[in-house]
Amino acid sequence: MEKQLLHITVNNEYHELYIKPKRLLVEVLRDELGLTGTKRGCNTGACCACTVLVDGAAVKSCSVLAIQADGKEVTTVEGLAEGDKLTPLQRSFLDHGAYQCGFCTSGMLISATALLNENPKPTKEQIKEAIHGNICRCTGYNSIIRAVQAVAKGQYREAG
Amino acid sequence: MKKYSVINTPVHNIDGIAKITGRAEYTFDVKLPRMLYGKILRSPYPHAKILHIDTSKAENLSGVKAVVTGKDTLGIKQGIWRRFKELCDEEILARSRVRYIGEPVAAVAAIDEDTAEEALDLIEVEYEPLPGVFEPLEAIKEEAPQLHEHAERNINVTRHIEWGDVDEAFQEADHIREDWFRCSSQHHVCMETHNAVASFTPDRKLTVWTSTQSHYYIKVLLSWVLGLRENDVRVISRYTGGGFGSKFELDSAQFCSSLLSMKLFRPVKITLTREEEFMATKRRTPMFYYLRTGVKKDGSFVAKEARVFTEGGAYTAMGATALYLTGFFQAFPYVWPNYRYDGYRVYTNTAPTSAMRGFGAPQATFCAETQIDLIAKDLGIDPIDIRRRNVMYPGYEVPGQATIQSCGLRDCLDKIEKWIKSRGKLPPNRGIGLAAYGFMSGGIFNWFDTPYAFSSSIVQVNIDGKVDLFVGSQDMGQGSNTTMAMICAEELGVCVEDIRIHMGDTDKCPVDLGAWGSRETLMQGNAVKMAAAEAKRQIVEFAAAKLSPNIVYDIDIKDGWIHLIARPERGLSFYDVVKEAIRGKDGQPIIGRGHYTPHRKGMISPAYSFGVQAVEAEVDTETGKITLKNCVTAHDCGQVINPLGVKGQLEGAMAMAAGYGFTEDLPMDEGKILNPNLVDYKVLRATEMPESKVIEVETYEPEGPFGAKEAGEGLTNPTAGALGNAVFHAAGVSIQTLPITPEKVLEALRKKESEKNRKGGKKS
Repeated sequence: MEKQLLHITVNNEYHELYIKPKRLLVEVLRDELGLTGTKRGCNTGACCACTVLVDGAAVKSCSVLAIQADGKEVTTVEGLAEGDKLTPLQRSFLDHGAYQCGFCTSGMLISATALLNENPKPTKEQIKEAIHGNICRCTGYNSIIRAVQAVAKGQYREAG
Repeated sequence: MKKYSVINTPVHNIDGIAKITGRAEYTFDVKLPRMLYGKILRSPYPHAKILHIDTSKAENLSGVKAVVTGKDTLGIKQGIWRRFKELCDEEILARSRVRYIGEPVAAVAAIDEDTAEEALDLIEVEYEPLPGVFEPLEAIKEEAPQLHEHAERNINVTRHIEWGDVDEAFQEADHIREDWFRCSSQHHVCMETHNAVASFTPDRKLTVWTSTQSHYYIKVLLSWVLGLRENDVRVISRYTGGGFGSKFELDSAQFCSSLLSMKLFRPVKITLTREEEFMATKRRTPMFYYLRTGVKKDGSFVAKEARVFTEGGAYTAMGATALYLTGFFQAFPYVWPNYRYDGYRVYTNTAPTSAMRGFGAPQATFCAETQIDLIAKDLGIDPIDIRRRNVMYPGYEVPGQATIQSCGLRDCLDKIEKWIKSRGKLPPNRGIGLAAYGFMSGGIFNWFDTPYAFSSSIVQVNIDGKVDLFVGSQDMGQGSNTTMAMICAEELGVCVEDIRIHMGDTDKCPVDLGAWGSRETLMQGNAVKMAAAEAKRQIVEFAAAKLSPNIVYDIDIKDGWIHLIARPERGLSFYDVVKEAIRGKDGQPIIGRGHYTPHRKGMISPAYSFGVQAVEAEVDTETGKITLKNCVTAHDCGQVINPLGVKGQLEGAMAMAAGYGFTEDLPMDEGKILNPNLVDYKVLRATEMPESKVIEVETYEPEGPFGAKEAGEGLTNPTAGALGNAVFHAAGVSIQTLPITPEKVLEALRKKESEKNRKGGKKS
């Protein structure tokens, strides 16, 4: 199949890439752009390890074609911090031990970031709902929920 | 001064920044120049002879670089129980016979995954299907098809444990109960599936990046099956995306990528799909348990007889250890004056069963704790009281097996009792169930036949005071890197930021057996402490010469300050002293070495953790639905090293164990797993997690570093039993098969109702 031109902005960098139309967004991010922070835990959209922001919305990058993101802005885990300036959520993840093996962490951070962008003061139930799709086999989720709650309560407002 | 500067302070995981910024490079992310991609062809039959394999069409497909089959191997039957030849029974790439659906028969390397996948379809395998057998109680029958020539009636391993006089003791019991239980399988569901990148170079050296719990085991096993010298194989594993018992045996990704790379002299990467992960990697051992238990009227335990038949699957794997440990932990954590255990591991035409977090103990604990609540009800005794009467205590000897040194079980029971009382009267259909448990801090057994110390470590203090800590332990997310850095920092008297850890590389790190059986904190921890102490001694000697104190004064280092213990203000900066000491040593860095191997510590483990867990659950009597409301655990892991790490381990274990208790299962049809995906296989999600509270009961374990012992794996033991008991107290039905599903609860409720009606009918 003929390759198509993809115009995509990832973590504020604009790229033009020729790709096969069936390439998934996660494949382009990982294989073409080297952004391996985004993981894959299944191929069926069931674990959300591959979650990225597309125009601000949390999207499973294994379940969309890259070409569907043409002209859009994508944020991956690599795009959260600026240099050594971590986001409040990242700092809260550190303090709360909200990760263990770390393989689901990128997707978890992105899902929670999307939630907080839309609703800076979510309830505990809303936090649970927002990460319902993200499987974490290590933490039992509670430390992640506490980490998001702490940010929602404004505990990480000051720059770290 | 405080007793400890670093120990028992909440420390961020030292790999944290890498993990939350997406910088941590897992094997899944490794990409090398000229790298090829591999795929594995797997048997669609549970039992068949391989008559012929034709790979020519696949080889001719454009983009395919090589195809390998069993003929390209040395034909070695390998296994992790290396000391016992008959237990090394798995070829990984089958030559003439397949014994489970998913067993590898060929592997392809190609320019990309799609081409490799396409090539698999072009490999023609002629099979002669054989009759299969799928249940241990069927497979053990004389007329059952036999899987392995050496194993009559498919008996793979047997285990006998006995002390006291069980038969005589039953005569003295006031009450005897007999129960059958069935414990289901469970999958590890590591978020990073099994994978490997193998690179064989013309100097005949093999480097393998892989997601593993033990780079040492994989190096040794690979060198054996590939006919290479042990130290011509290098295994690298910097980050591991979960292990839980699934990643310390040689797997198909490691073996097939190595074989292909040896043929091609190019790197080959194999990543198992989630479906392959479910179908063809190992899993928790299903068990049929028979328990006969005798007690006195007052609830004192008199005798227990346990018999187990485990579904072994097609090969031994780590199943032989699970068979021993389930028998040992069936008697835990209580004093049984008389005990007899007979375990049979039976081969079946299903995916091999092996180690998984808890290692046979969750099965044992579910059965034992369920039965204890039934006995308590029979006798009209409170569940807390019957346990309190019988729990282990410090100094107790498990006859012929183990000595318990530290044990905070009574405290744990007190704390849980207090919590239960604080809950007051519960709403209808709600109940609190509890379970007591214990677990080991690393295994003493050496079936692998390692000639090395079980754990080793090297500490090197450099000119700027920065410390290089070399460990063989594997961090797979449990946080052992942080634990080791903390132990090193405390012993040496510096801060955690001064430590730079080196792990996950067999070329650079000393040998450690790996992260399984809750070994690392105690075993690697002891080795690190010893290495740090050795380095510290050299620095203190030099400082003593400079400080020139009265000879009766002791010198210590804390927070980078070398000082007289009796007069802390008299001292020197660690960093200044190190600079001079290295000059004084003709420019050599200060090096300490440490090692640990348990000697004369019984049969199982040098130390045991303990705990009691209470689960509050609600049962919907209309639908059978179970909702977890609360989970509280009182936990004795000796001295806590990193409270942040321990809490995370305990909460995570609880989630996995609750999954085992009521949502996770691997239903099969003639050896075929019916739910090999994350939609149909139900791990707990965030919305299903209850509040989980941990109460630490501190003890001091003399065998552990700073008094520490196991934390995290043992907590997979109690939850299924505690959950079952909660259902028992909420709805009055005891479910004796796992998982405890709404269907089973409903059926039991209906049965109970119809019995009540029948009895009611008789009366009238």
